[in-house]
Amino acid sequence: MIDLATLSVPGPTETELTKPFWAAAAEGRLLIQRCEDCGRAVFYPREICPHCWSSRLVWADASGRGRLKSFSTIHKPGHPGWQPAAPYTVGLVELEEGPTMLSFILTGPDAPRVGQALVMQPTDIGGRVLPAFKIDNDNQKGDQS
Amino acid sequence: MTRSKAALIGVGSLKPVRRTEGETTLGMLARVSALALADAGLEKDAIDGLLVGPQVGETPQHVPATVSEYLGLQPTMSNVVDLGGASGPGMIWRAAAAIEAGMCETVLCVIGNHRNPEAPRSPNRNPIREFDVPFGASGANISYALLKQAHMARYGSTDEDFALIAHWARANAQRNPDAIFHGQPASVEDVLASPLVASPLRLFEIVMPVAGAEAVILTSAARAKSLCARAVHLLGAGEKITHRAVSQAPDLTSGPLKPSMARAFAQSGLTVRDMSLLSLYDCYTIMVATTLEDSGICPPGGFGAFMRAHDFGPEGDWPLNTHGGQLGYGQPDLAGGMTHVTEAVRQLRGTAQGRQIRDPRFALVTGNGATMSEAVALVLGADA
Repeated sequence: MIDLATLSVPGPTETELTKPFWAAAAEGRLLIQRCEDCGRAVFYPREICPHCWSSRLVWADASGRGRLKSFSTIHKPGHPGWQPAAPYTVGLVELEEGPTMLSFILTGPDAPRVGQALVMQPTDIGGRVLPAFKIDNDNQKGDQS
Repeated sequence: MTRSKAALIGVGSLKPVRRTEGETTLGMLARVSALALADAGLEKDAIDGLLVGPQVGETPQHVPATVSEYLGLQPTMSNVVDLGGASGPGMIWRAAAAIEAGMCETVLCVIGNHRNPEAPRSPNRNPIREFDVPFGASGANISYALLKQAHMARYGSTDEDFALIAHWARANAQRNPDAIFHGQPASVEDVLASPLVASPLRLFEIVMPVAGAEAVILTSAARAKSLCARAVHLLGAGEKITHRAVSQAPDLTSGPLKPSMARAFAQSGLTVRDMSLLSLYDCYTIMVATTLEDSGICPPGGFGAFMRAHDFGPEGDWPLNTHGGQLGYGQPDLAGGMTHVTEAVRQLRGTAQGRQIRDPRFALVTGNGATMSEAVALVLGADA
């Protein structure tokens, strides 16, 4: 795997609302929203809670732990800037708090498996530190899918 | 007896091509509209309704006015249907609803795109761009790869199971001289030997992008009676939209087509077992697998056994995507979904030359957009 920091790839198109998320990511933290009315966690960040439409959303640090719902190893990237990194893996990460996010999966010698425990691993991709994930070898509860 | 909501009386298709040079989408829409009008045996001024698809890279806004002006139409009902690959089928029930509401009597549904070398795409500034693309997930291949992986993990489905779907699409394309893969059949082994694009998806499980256009004309059932010997009627429709990005999908192994098909069947008073033709949206093999399971024709996780147990050709016991599907015909961008409608009309009225199914009565048509997000199901039936 090449050094992901050297990639010339499209970075986040942050907005006023999402600035805290990306600022926290740059510090190695995973910041998500929580609804003060229905109590549920929200990702990606929104103006109102998609579950109850309350506007009382607050930022909260996520644990950074999750589970791999699915993954794909990409041989032909949709964006040419990713070609030097191919093959690389992306996955759907079901966060411990509930929501699912798509992220970059740092893989080891073994192919990942659906159901594996993951932990967030801040990673420089194209010059920005983003919340990637790696297999959490300390927290595997056996294979499950 | 099932009641007709409207009749599909004319269809037109432009032969798909890999590239265009200097074509405009408006020009292609005009040519395919003329084909559908001739097929319907109508004069242009009979058209008083117009439904169009989004004009990727050409006309960002005021699309109905632009298309009306170009075609010299003055419709009393018009709109853009923006449901990705479900846009074409989504036009059909909207046209019927507009006719039933008395807003117009004869509707042109038209969708297509050029494929000139530069093919500009407008820059996205939406959540999928902000939260998925920076991690290396650009384009639809990855989303459907994630859906296929989830199906394999949950049900133990195999690459061979999925390869059968691509194999049958290519086999049926050999009966359609317009298909982009006419002359290029593919065995299960060929599919499995094609290169990995985004694991577990291989190249032959993915549609080939082409230029093309498709048009359908609908009119009231009463008017259809005086116009054609064997009209095709809309008997039921269902639609559901659940999400945009695959990360936000409520379910990875079942999609919004499930309730859409249930509604379409309930409206028609028919079941999937009554269908003479399955015309199922097939951007990727996984889409057909999930749609078969969501239709109830086989149990969840059971599509592989179903594929091995049946013959999906025009003379088979379950004719499926007899035009080759988009996997065999090519995907003319958003018009790809409409190919499943035009093929169903040709089959039901008995004009599918060289690939006609036996005793055509009813067809299930599905459309699908984004990441198994936007769904439309139609039940069509021919005059007895």
